[in-house]
Amino acid sequence: MEKYRFDPSKGMEFGIYTLGDHIPNPHTGERISAQQRIQEIIEFAKLAEQAGIDFFSVGESHQEYFATQAHSVVISAIAQATEKMKIGSSATIISTSDPVRVYEDFATIDLISNGRTEIIAGRASRVGLFDLLGYDLRDYEELYEEKFELLLKINEEEVVNWSGQFRAPLKNAKVIPRPKNGWMPIWRAVGGPPASAIKAGLQGVPMYLATLGGPAASFKMSVEAYREALKHAGYDPSEFPISTAGFFHAAETTQQAQKEAYPHINLGMQLINGRGYPKQHFAQGADAHDVMNIGSPQQIIEKILYQHEVFGHQRYIAQIDFGGVSFDRLKKNIELIGTQILPEIKKYTAKK
Amino acid sequence: MKVVGLSGSKVGSKTRTAMEYTIKALNEKYPDVEATLIDLAEYDVQFSDGRNYMEYTGNTGYVAQTIMDADAIIIGTPIFQASIPATLKNIFDLLPEKALRDKVVSILVTAGSPKHYLVAEQQLKPILTYMKAQVVQSYVFIEEKDFYRKEITNDDVLFRIQRLVEDTIVLTETYTKIREAKEAEYGF
Repeated sequence: MEKYRFDPSKGMEFGIYTLGDHIPNPHTGERISAQQRIQEIIEFAKLAEQAGIDFFSVGESHQEYFATQAHSVVISAIAQATEKMKIGSSATIISTSDPVRVYEDFATIDLISNGRTEIIAGRASRVGLFDLLGYDLRDYEELYEEKFELLLKINEEEVVNWSGQFRAPLKNAKVIPRPKNGWMPIWRAVGGPPASAIKAGLQGVPMYLATLGGPAASFKMSVEAYREALKHAGYDPSEFPISTAGFFHAAETTQQAQKEAYPHINLGMQLINGRGYPKQHFAQGADAHDVMNIGSPQQIIEKILYQHEVFGHQRYIAQIDFGGVSFDRLKKNIELIGTQILPEIKKYTAKK
Repeated sequence: MKVVGLSGSKVGSKTRTAMEYTIKALNEKYPDVEATLIDLAEYDVQFSDGRNYMEYTGNTGYVAQTIMDADAIIIGTPIFQASIPATLKNIFDLLPEKALRDKVVSILVTAGSPKHYLVAEQQLKPILTYMKAQVVQSYVFIEEKDFYRKEITNDDVLFRIQRLVEDTIVLTETYTKIREAKEAEYGF
């Protein structure tokens, strides 16, 4: 765990992530400008750090209703605006980028942030960027695997010799600058089903698991498959951190939290995936065994601790701002996390 | 309420003819319903390549979006090689897996032989159920002998089409009311 900068004595890490969506507030029908959205994300990160939150990350999506296509630029601004919180991407779509350029960018951000930066590399759940950036969707899987492997190789070796299908070969290529410690954590972003989790295990990389809704027991299959695959490939699972990522909203009561959060999540899903979030499923999200962390602070604490028991994960990252949530609401959430939720999570998960 | 009539084949005229009768019956009995007929013979729809339905453009984008916006869909299909035509299956493949949630779907079949009666039951309904549709259980099955030069000549078929239209609308209204009542209870 030390290699990936986790200290079990400090308890499970709690982070925040944003996809960088840029969606009208469903309560007012109004949408802030892209400039205001980006500046609020940077401000959001600063507040998160002040509240003692461990990690903050920004994702890239290249389509309508998003504002952080250039996510590494936004993360770079966050690196400058913060001092101690870990930062990263959620996720970097490595399939449609050049791993050399991605590594240069993130190594630079790591230097700006004084060694706090991580990359989470994903395959894209929205695939509009393949057309936009000139890639063939039929290469979806191979593009990811090849470029992710190259990214990992650049992280391990400063001078790279490599050849593949989707990029010109590298001959004694020096990829610089190096991150502050010569190396930085690179995670594989994994959707729900176990197939991708198994790939993460076989590659011997830490796993980010998206857990948007449904019983924790369903996601446990992916966690177990990941650890089995690590063992199968000769790694020690106790050395590899797992992080989960999912919806979060805290309010005084669970009923209030659901009432506040639903219109945002429903509209957000409607606009970016073309289907709203079914109310029946959302209602079940309040169950103590569902991974959706929407409720009163006390209920959220109980759910996160239950999830920790089921997954044994090292970090949870919360998506709070999805679907045009006002900045006041975000501030209120940060306050509840900092004053009520975080101390309890740390108290019960710290290994003595 | 938005109802889409989907004529699922590029071949022949019988399904299209039957769907025209169906839309006419719908317009006559329910003038407030917004009815749209999509005849796949008139559209150049690409094969599904796995992208989100919103990312298709042109005819493909129009057909996918119109179906996703519908409250109810009346599918008209011929039977080819003891199954539904590829053009119709492709429409399902273009859509997300739970695309038909909260939609009522009814079926009208045209076939050259009564031997094909169970094809819709055994091959089309499982797809609709998987995609979470509320399926109108009784479907209209029309044989070649019921047509004469793009007209339906069997009164019983016309009666059955009227019943299909009525069942589709009544079930859509009913499910909508049930869903609204249930959702109001959630309090969010």
